[in-house]
Amino acid sequence: MEAATATAASPRPAPAPWRANLATIAALVARARNELVRVPGAAIPGVLAPTIFFLGLNGVFGALTHVSGFTTGSYEAFIVPVSMLQGAGFTGAAAGVNLARDYESGWVDRLLVSPAPRWVLLAGTVLAASIRALIPATFVLAMALLLGADFPGIDGLAIAYAMVAGMAAVAACWGSFLALRFKSQSAAPLMQAGMMALILTTTAYAPLALLAGWLQTVARVNPVTQVIEAARQGFVGGVSWADTWPGLLALAGMLALLGFLALREMRRTAL
Amino acid sequence: MSALATNARVVKALGMRSVKQTFRRPQLIAPIIVFPTLLLAIQTGGASSAVQLPGFPPVQSFLQFMLAGAIVQSLMIAGNSGGIALAVDIEMGFTDRLFSAPIPRFAIVLGRLAGTAALGLFAALWFLAIGLVFGVTFEAGAAGVLLAIVLATCAALAVGGIGAAIALRTGSASVVQGLFPLVLVILFLSSAFFPQELMIEPAKTIAQYNPLSFIVEGIREPMISGIDAADTLDAVLAILGIVLLGLLLSDRALRHRLRVG
Repeated sequence: MEAATATAASPRPAPAPWRANLATIAALVARARNELVRVPGAAIPGVLAPTIFFLGLNGVFGALTHVSGFTTGSYEAFIVPVSMLQGAGFTGAAAGVNLARDYESGWVDRLLVSPAPRWVLLAGTVLAASIRALIPATFVLAMALLLGADFPGIDGLAIAYAMVAGMAAVAACWGSFLALRFKSQSAAPLMQAGMMALILTTTAYAPLALLAGWLQTVARVNPVTQVIEAARQGFVGGVSWADTWPGLLALAGMLALLGFLALREMRRTAL
Repeated sequence: MSALATNARVVKALGMRSVKQTFRRPQLIAPIIVFPTLLLAIQTGGASSAVQLPGFPPVQSFLQFMLAGAIVQSLMIAGNSGGIALAVDIEMGFTDRLFSAPIPRFAIVLGRLAGTAALGLFAALWFLAIGLVFGVTFEAGAAGVLLAIVLATCAALAVGGIGAAIALRTGSASVVQGLFPLVLVILFLSSAFFPQELMIEPAKTIAQYNPLSFIVEGIREPMISGIDAADTLDAVLAILGIVLLGLLLSDRALRHRLRVG
């Protein structure tokens, strides 16, 4: 009897902090997955928008490959990594819109009173966006391959997907920062426009040498140019470490900056 | 006061409400002005070398060519946004209150369309001003600019009619918002962003028959070469066709809305 009482009274040992953090991140990712499974239609705009841009830009600007100085004869191959990254940008920004919706409905307040560290809450949102971004990327890639773009090879494909996942994480940090700053879904256009501007003021449409003067200057300093060039290498030429590491470094830099800003807003929101 | 004057006051009041509503909500004004401006800047900078292509019409710059496309993109989105706002009014019950007021039904729809037309006018002025700031010359002079403004305003009214019809039929803002990608498809499959002759199949063939291409060319010609009677007539006929379609669909949708409540 005494033994039974002692067993009932003794508290269950708390899981190690890293294990609890991982479980929280997994729960947040599962919640995002459930949203997708229960309302599959919600994923359609994120898939449709980059696909329309891909098909539209290819149909409209395809003749640009005839301009002297263009680095490839296939505009599908040139533009597909851009559309894959656009899909990542839209998906990441949508994570911000969802966070704003969660704030408006009071869900974020409940998360903030939980004992989970702030970075864990952000990591759950960001990781879910990174995984989800693979859906539009795969759809756009399938369309490009159907239209005749060359297969980028396993290494080129792996790098392109890594860039997509990383870009979605960057966009999710950006979206989360704005969602927590403005605390309203009304900030959605800013989330989308910001990502659109960041991704398209690069070598998205044409090689650097063929861009107009002002865009050339912007593209040189825009870190996403490195990300696009890294994602593009398998589609328009060979894969090399020299073209890969600048993309990884750019992603790491943007993640560090926007992740810091998002975390700061999350801490302020909790005050 | 005559019935006509009363109706004109209703249309004016609802039109003003529609414009104010758009400017007060960032989620409505951003797609109409910010996105097309951003895309204009990026496409002009990114694809400016296209003017070197054999067969590209003689233009002062790629920006001069692209202005008409940006205007049409903006007014297409204005039409879609007008539909969304009308659907929100239906969801909130505001339209029901208007239906019970002693005003003709058509004035309610026309009020919304007047607002969309005003936004089309604003978009035309905005992009023409951008052109002027960045040194674009309008080949047909003041008359050409005026013609472009009139065509853009009428085209906004026309596409707004389609948006209003869909809003009245469905009564759902999310359904009308879901049509936004379709707006992009119609735009890309027209000569809004590139000369039709240089587009790739099947976009080239579709653009040839897309009514939006006629409207774009009608607005573009006075800017890049001069007023062309045939192009202007084509644009007017395309706008009239869309207006008629919008009227027909709106009439049917309005009857449906009054029937189902």
